[in-house]
Amino acid sequence: MDLRELYQDVILDHHKKPRNRREMPEASAKASGHNPLCGDRVSVFVKMDGDVLQDVSFVGTGCAISQASASMMTDCLKGHTRAEIERVASAFQQLVTDEHASMPEGDDLVEKLEAFAGVREFPSRVKCASLAWHALRAALDQPGDTVSTE
Amino acid sequence: MSPEAAHAPARVKFDVEAVRREFPILDERIHDQALVYLDNANTTQKPTSVLETLDEFYRHQNANIHRATHLLSERATAAYEGARAKIARFIGARETGEIVLTKGCTDSLNLVAQSFARPRLKAGDEILVTWLEHHSNIVPWQLIAQITGAKLHVVPIDERGDLTLEDFEKHLTGRTKIVSVTHISNALGTILPVREIVELAHDRGIPTIVDGAQSAAHLPVDVQAIGCDFFAFSSHKMYGPTGSGALYGKRRWLDEMPPCQGGGDMISTVSFEESTWAPVPHKFEAGTPNIAGVVGFGAAVDFLRRFDLDEVAAHEHDLLEYGTARLAEVPGLRIIGTAARKSGVLSFVMDGIHPHDIGTVLDQAGVAIRTGQHCAQPVMDRYGIPATARISFGIYNTRADVDAAIGPLHDVRKLFG
Repeated sequence: MDLRELYQDVILDHHKKPRNRREMPEASAKASGHNPLCGDRVSVFVKMDGDVLQDVSFVGTGCAISQASASMMTDCLKGHTRAEIERVASAFQQLVTDEHASMPEGDDLVEKLEAFAGVREFPSRVKCASLAWHALRAALDQPGDTVSTE
Repeated sequence: MSPEAAHAPARVKFDVEAVRREFPILDERIHDQALVYLDNANTTQKPTSVLETLDEFYRHQNANIHRATHLLSERATAAYEGARAKIARFIGARETGEIVLTKGCTDSLNLVAQSFARPRLKAGDEILVTWLEHHSNIVPWQLIAQITGAKLHVVPIDERGDLTLEDFEKHLTGRTKIVSVTHISNALGTILPVREIVELAHDRGIPTIVDGAQSAAHLPVDVQAIGCDFFAFSSHKMYGPTGSGALYGKRRWLDEMPPCQGGGDMISTVSFEESTWAPVPHKFEAGTPNIAGVVGFGAAVDFLRRFDLDEVAAHEHDLLEYGTARLAEVPGLRIIGTAARKSGVLSFVMDGIHPHDIGTVLDQAGVAIRTGQHCAQPVMDRYGIPATARISFGIYNTRADVDAAIGPLHDVRKLFG
């Protein structure tokens, strides 16, 4: 396994130049995720407009995988509905855990995330990739909760 | 036990290449490369003698102990009690009965907290630990503090990850009832002056516990010289099997401590009205123990007793100094923990790069290190860092192992820099 299959250019790019990395004072909900094993921390802020995710941002510290995952997640989900977000989140979870996962063809939202497929070859890093997504789901479910990947 | 059981194995001169040949796992290929194992503070690898002892036990000695009249049970009992005698001799206990066999160091510390400390504590009392402690020497005290109303008091460390005896003494108050300190910090490698700390505590009549998880295999330990009331340690960090460990306790304390778990093998008589306890140390060993694990622990102690541990410590210190110098060549790398007296532990961070990513890159090169908080979150908080990468040496490591880590660390810099 080549390291660059895990650390693809797009992941390194998001790690070095994270998108939507900011606090959001006007957020309608916020949730934090923590991986006590490695110390990764991500807080996700969401601002809903009815059923639509009007704005989403994150702050946190952690490895390249966890921070790039948070950055790409916010980048790709802004402006989408809860149902779409749920579909993408499920597809992402499958992508990073199931080697037989095949991504829906022609689904632009999901295709962007395929850079994370290499994560499944590194079981200890799956939690890193999933952390922001768990926090996002918690933020969408009920505000203010801390989720742990443990 | 027979006198032979605790007889010291013949001493051999320390020769790292000969030692390496005793560890079959060092031939393992990791991602198509030779394994370089630098995660010894986490757990150590096992020599052939330990592996063969486990195999021999299950093939020729396996039965329950202390319970049957048949020959196999006598063999198993002799092997188990023989191991206890070896362990007692190894750390300098006055008598074999001062060794309680446990699941490991964590289990040992919980036993002292629950059985020794808890009945002695009341609201307002203080349990004194240091900022260097592993979670297993913090959380057991918090559990009994919640019940008794006692408080956990912490001696801070300086920027080097060290503390002076003067600092320590300032934190001993009239309310201090228990002192429990690590011998060697697992996260930073700092060696604490436990003998002097014990003396300061004893001058005030305070009982002391030393967490020896990181020291027992890396420097000569003599509990009489340290003077501590209890000493806790784990087999798996001493080239023995997991799931086995020991608590040394001074006989007078063990005698007065109530058992913490009830069950078979720890009783003298049982009726529905009242039960009486087996003598020390058996009253603390309820249920069928990890018999093979204990026997393997004994074999690990035999392995270590073949060497002069001062020579082993000198070898690991050479690796520490060499590693410290070589890590300094990597741009943006900073070593965390620079105490004057250190064991073979190199914790470090790299600017803008998370330790987890460092660990993954090194693993791809066959180099196993630990990354994370090392079950010592307060130490990480002290330095304002989320985690570190940690190289930790064992008896079989060489300068070539250090060299093997340096190239990938430069790759880390290239990939993420």
